[in-house]
Amino acid sequence: MASVILAVDDSASMRQMVSFTLKGAGYDVVQAADGVEALDYARGHAVDLVLTDVNMPRMDGITLVRELRGLAGYRLTPMLVLTTESGQERKLQGKQAGATGWIVKPFNPEQLLATIARVL
Amino acid sequence: MALDLEMEEIFKVFFEESTEGLDVMESGLLNLDVAADRETINTIFRAAHSIKGGAATFGFMEVSGFTHGVETLLDEMRQGTRGVTQDAIQLLLQSVDCLRAMLVATQAGTPVDAPRIAAISDELAQLLASPAQQSVAASAAVAAAVPSPLAVPALATEASPAPATVTIATSAAASAEPTERPDFLASTAGWCIRFIPHPGILRLRNEPTRMFGELARLGELQVVADTATLPPLAELDPEECHLSWTLWLRGGASKQSIEEVFDWVSADSRIDYRHYPDPRAEVQPSVVADAMSAAPAAMPSEATVAAPAAPVEAATTAASTAVARPASGEQGSIRVSIDKVDNLINLIGELVITQSMLSRFGDDFELDQLERLREGLVQLTRNTRELQESVMQIRMLPISFAFNRFPRLVHDLSRKLGKKVELRLSGEGTELDKTVLEKISDPLVHLVRNALDHGLEQPEVRLAAGKPETGVLELGAFHEGGNILIEVKDDGGGLNRQRILKRARERGLVPADAELSDEQVHQLIFAPGFSTAEVVSDVSGRGVGMDVVRRNIQDLGGQVQIHSQEGRGSTIRIRLPLTLAILDGQLVRVAEETYVVSLVAIVETIQVKRDRVSTVAGRTELFRLRDQYIPIIRLHDLFGLACQRRAGDEGLLVVVEADGHRYGVLVDDLGAQQQVVIKSLDTNFRPVPGLAGATILGDGTVALIIDVPGLVQLFNDSAAGTPALAAVA
Repeated sequence: MASVILAVDDSASMRQMVSFTLKGAGYDVVQAADGVEALDYARGHAVDLVLTDVNMPRMDGITLVRELRGLAGYRLTPMLVLTTESGQERKLQGKQAGATGWIVKPFNPEQLLATIARVL
Repeated sequence: MALDLEMEEIFKVFFEESTEGLDVMESGLLNLDVAADRETINTIFRAAHSIKGGAATFGFMEVSGFTHGVETLLDEMRQGTRGVTQDAIQLLLQSVDCLRAMLVATQAGTPVDAPRIAAISDELAQLLASPAQQSVAASAAVAAAVPSPLAVPALATEASPAPATVTIATSAAASAEPTERPDFLASTAGWCIRFIPHPGILRLRNEPTRMFGELARLGELQVVADTATLPPLAELDPEECHLSWTLWLRGGASKQSIEEVFDWVSADSRIDYRHYPDPRAEVQPSVVADAMSAAPAAMPSEATVAAPAAPVEAATTAASTAVARPASGEQGSIRVSIDKVDNLINLIGELVITQSMLSRFGDDFELDQLERLREGLVQLTRNTRELQESVMQIRMLPISFAFNRFPRLVHDLSRKLGKKVELRLSGEGTELDKTVLEKISDPLVHLVRNALDHGLEQPEVRLAAGKPETGVLELGAFHEGGNILIEVKDDGGGLNRQRILKRARERGLVPADAELSDEQVHQLIFAPGFSTAEVVSDVSGRGVGMDVVRRNIQDLGGQVQIHSQEGRGSTIRIRLPLTLAILDGQLVRVAEETYVVSLVAIVETIQVKRDRVSTVAGRTELFRLRDQYIPIIRLHDLFGLACQRRAGDEGLLVVVEADGHRYGVLVDDLGAQQQVVIKSLDTNFRPVPGLAGATILGDGTVALIIDVPGLVQLFNDSAAGTPALAAVA
């Protein structure tokens, strides 16, 4: 069974791009437009990987990761943060919240797949 | 192929959402004008951030490069290190315009306006380089200079034997740091990496084995695990990482590529790198110690902030560039909310059920089933009506699509005119048909410009008149019956009766001795070529007059009225049908033909009485309607229909209003009032003066829909006609 990836981004085009790339590589993708939506989904479903943008309305990606780590089914789930900020501070924030790692935007489909393959 | 199509679709989404993002930025920036609150700045920042990220991902480097400067400025505002000044807001608004143009050009594949982009980028760079920025830069520099607490000193210089094979070495062996060249790297360049992970890395699913696998791809690898810190089994937490490693990597892998492998764990783990150059070069190993904080892969876009120095004259051009953007409603696609689609699917489902129920009667019908058949047909009628309404809903968009541009327009214009204006919007959620929405935008812009330019007074004039310094411009929309009403209301000087009359007499629009009511005077501003503007400014007076505004509105089947009180302001009220595809019509019979007249245009319908008809100049018949004489339009004559009637024969007069004047249309009989679906004559046949289209009636016959303003035009142009003003004078 294909691994399920929860892709969270407030930008529809990024979501589509990510989802198109991942589906092409044989993953199943669930999309969410912000942290709140993603968390709602996660409360009722298990996924194999979470891929989230940082800057989003309602709930940002860092908060989402922190919240997800608090859910029983997500304690050990790999979580990657999509960030345009290569800055240390943001990465540390992500780490402290419990992110497995990050992908620095912009990335191309190959980079995305290579990064996902690291943890799946 | 499919991939290209898919990408194209994604690009399209990107452009759509970026355009929306720009709208969000713009309205946010205009709100900052009033009050700078954190959430607004955050929202603006987020929009810019998304545009930059998307543009970079999809390879629109010019867009992402430009947006980076904007984002940086917004970020400083967000962090509170830079004040929210008028100048900064103005520059950001210009940047939004510039970005909008860039997106349009990028999507169309045409070249971007490079000088303008360079000029604004330059201004952004200058602003960013101004004092507020320096303090930020300074603190950043300090931060960079202070070593991270995680940074470790250079590798110790204890000697240690280099393991020759991949083994789990003893703790002593592994903890010792080699300074002597390890055998493994005896004849080749390479790296020695000491990796002491944070105990929690496994929990975050960072597997050391995965990293080692990646390292192995960079060159031949030797791994030695250090088990010294491994606790006794009873105390061992299986989720924690108790091991540390020493790795030797052969070959010329770059430090950056190695750091990348450890990127995710380097923040909280200790990682030391030691490089061994090729032994033939005979150099001592250089020691590179760091924690990951010193390992930043620079973002490509960062380079572009400091980018282009533009010619100074370009800056002024850019600054004065008008807000040019495609009206947001004019795209070929519309976004429909899921609710509407769901509703539609739901209704289709019901329709299918009704259809299957009815189809059973087709097979073998018995007379006793008649009642059931009737019920079915009633249900079908209901399904069809609901389906029609629901489909029409899909074309409905909130009028905010047209209103959204006004905060910016008013902001820019009031600055230019030196007036103080408060814009109040209401009813932005009121929905109307997309086509109507598109076509009403330009007339609305014209009306708003007029209100600002001619209506509202300069602050000192207002104060002298005992009014508040700041003028109020209200823009509202609401539903009334099957129509939408849009009001443009200002509390300015109102229409000047004397000036209008003077101009109208100069233009020969009214006889010098005509006595006109206020209402009639106000109507004069809609006459072609009429303008009382003493100074033709570049704000209004661009050759599009109120006559064009009215014509546009009438083309949409709407009406425009003006109410004005001198010294108190003016209200312009536009009444529009909700949709162009369906018309609330009155069927009328003339000879053997059935015509449809829009209910909106009909004032009343009355029986013709011979004694109230008089003939002017032997040709035009006038009907006395209470205290007014209205010309009678004979459809028989105009459309060349066989059956001739004389006024006074039994007949009905449908009183219609067009261009503010009333006319009586003589018909033989009235039919039902019903909604008709408009089929265009232009596309199916050819344009016919006096007709707005055709429709198919319930019995299958075709009925022509009368275009009332066009009919009046036709009537006035025909030999029987007299100038329209005769009707009111």
